[in-house]
Amino acid sequence: MDESATRMDIRKADGLTAVIDIRGDVTAASEAILMSAYEDATRQGARRLVLNFSGLEYMNSGGIGMLVTLLVRANRQNQPLAAFGLSHHYREIFELTRLDEAITIYDNEQSALAGTARQGGSS
Amino acid sequence: MTEHPGPDGIPPAGQAERDPPAGRRMAAGDADAPLTAPLPRNAGSWAAKVDRLTVADGGSRGSNVAGRRLTGPVQGFGKMWKKTYWIEVSPNISARTVIAEWKEHFGEFWPEGNRFKGPLTSLSPGDVALLDVSVGGGVRLSTGVFVLYADDESFTLMTPQGHMFAGWITFSAERADYADDPDASPHAATIAQAQLLMRSNDPLYELAMSLGGHRKEDQFWIRTMTALATYLGALPTTVHSRTVCIDRKRQWGNARHVWQNSMVRSMPHSIAAAFGRRRPSRK
Repeated sequence: MDESATRMDIRKADGLTAVIDIRGDVTAASEAILMSAYEDATRQGARRLVLNFSGLEYMNSGGIGMLVTLLVRANRQNQPLAAFGLSHHYREIFELTRLDEAITIYDNEQSALAGTARQGGSS
Repeated sequence: MTEHPGPDGIPPAGQAERDPPAGRRMAAGDADAPLTAPLPRNAGSWAAKVDRLTVADGGSRGSNVAGRRLTGPVQGFGKMWKKTYWIEVSPNISARTVIAEWKEHFGEFWPEGNRFKGPLTSLSPGDVALLDVSVGGGVRLSTGVFVLYADDESFTLMTPQGHMFAGWITFSAERADYADDPDASPHAATIAQAQLLMRSNDPLYELAMSLGGHRKEDQFWIRTMTALATYLGALPTTVHSRTVCIDRKRQWGNARHVWQNSMVRSMPHSIAAAFGRRRPSRK
């Protein structure tokens, strides 16, 4: 899978929360891009992370594995990790793989930001 | 509202207990989620959602699988590891052929003494397969796996509660071109790979893994990959491996998983089998 099939943009939602907008394909080949986005967000002071899957086109099991790696890194830094914008199909994949037990899924960005703010995050 | 079809748009066969139709499970608050998004191009490669596994004709071996939930690396107990094993097969064999053969003959590549009872044809999303793994000292672990994902170039197995580890194994194949690689002689190859992302499921397994379990697992996959390559006509070649500890932290909150430990639950069968083998036949 070509890395160029994936695009990840970071934006600050508030002083402590970064939203990573994921577009295209998420596979094991996207690991470098996702980890780079995560490091940039952390370097910019993000204490909470929200993944926006509204632009997700395709994800395979390698992509799910990569999200687990991201989760471990975020947990190590006490950064709550949440997601929104998942289609019904991918919501079910999160539930099937039980990733939803560690990455809280919200219906939209507003509720994701409110939810992660309640979860806290190191400051 | 769209619903997730099974493989190739057909509802998967009933190897696993299905959830009620998706529409009935959606809460009112889900209204903002993009439920009407078109299904992705690989939707049929994923298994349909299941809560608990069911086993058809599993007998006593299936008792460690039936009714169990799936466990991913998030649910395990021990350190999280990513283990990758790969081998070159003939460049004349496509990645799709490697995966097709691997799915169809999966258990045949396992080392002697281990048994894989999967579907008679190829592995498909949603299938549940039973397995007996020799863990040494005459003890057999009876457990199973669930086919989480399968497409033409990869497939992934996920483990149930009580299995040695919580996580998944992804088998894949791809074309590699070493034309510009300074560390390799210039050539093209097809690479077959098995990658585990796992935590041991409970403290007993974690102990067993640290007392030689990791080495035994390495041997298991090296022998499996070698058998696959040999089947595909490769000359004897090296299995490469890389092990990375993703998370050194143990999840003590999951230590109670020990009550579901399939190795402990398999003991009576192992002991009975051992006595059965030693009992002299009556004339």
